Amino acid sequence: MALHTLNRAPADQSCVTRCLNALADNDALLLIEDGVYAALPGHQALFAALPDSVSLYVLQPDLQARGISEKVRDVFTPIDDAGFVQLACDQDKVVSWF
Amino acid sequence: MGFFLWQNSWLQMIFTLIVQAAPYSHQSADTAYRFAKSLLDQGHSLHRVFFYADGVHTGSALASPPQDEPNIPERWQQLAQDHQLDLVVCIAAAVRRGVLDANESGRYSKPGHNLADGFELSGLGQLVEAIAVSDRTLTFGA
Repeated sequence: MALHTLNRAPADQSCVTRCLNALADNDALLLIEDGVYAALPGHQALFAALPDSVSLYVLQPDLQARGISEKVRDVFTPIDDAGFVQLACDQDKVVSWF
Repeated sequence: MGFFLWQNSWLQMIFTLIVQAAPYSHQSADTAYRFAKSLLDQGHSLHRVFFYADGVHTGSALASPPQDEPNIPERWQQLAQDHQLDLVVCIAAAVRRGVLDANESGRYSKPGHNLADGFELSGLGQLVEAIAVSDRTLTFGA
């Protein structure tokens, strides 16, 4: 099980696609920085092919900084910096997509 | 009780962070600092922070941001002082970008040196060692 962090906005298609293709069963995905925009309803299709066992998280301070905290889909669990650290501990390794 | 203590100590992890983002260029530089602070606040340990690629500019003593903006190099220096952190700047990445300590300045006959106190120039061996002894390694890329 790995934690994948993604810090690119959906406009960076190649990075986002490479990240999503790399997700395996029971991995976790955390959207950070401009990556948080992918949690908006307009980008729902990006995640359609993911295994159900992949858990989805989004970094709350980065949502807040962009004024979109109330707008993201509720399949994404918002976490704070402490939650990010906890998630890194819970998974075996961390893969950063940027 | 014994099991409980064992489990508790296991939960304290050793981290290494790789910072590739230049300060003031990408939010990733800030994310890395926030993550470092948060893991230390939770009682984990930070074995090494390795500044790589454009991240080497974090080690410049000459950075002079406006007073109402965070001083990114100083923040790392303060955190390193408070927690006895090892801040390593990749020597090959640093020298080509003009981040020099006194030694490298002499080697290349440059008029000055600018590596900030609390940072150290070293090689990739320091990164390999850090990854080997750490439970988790995270890259903050730009």
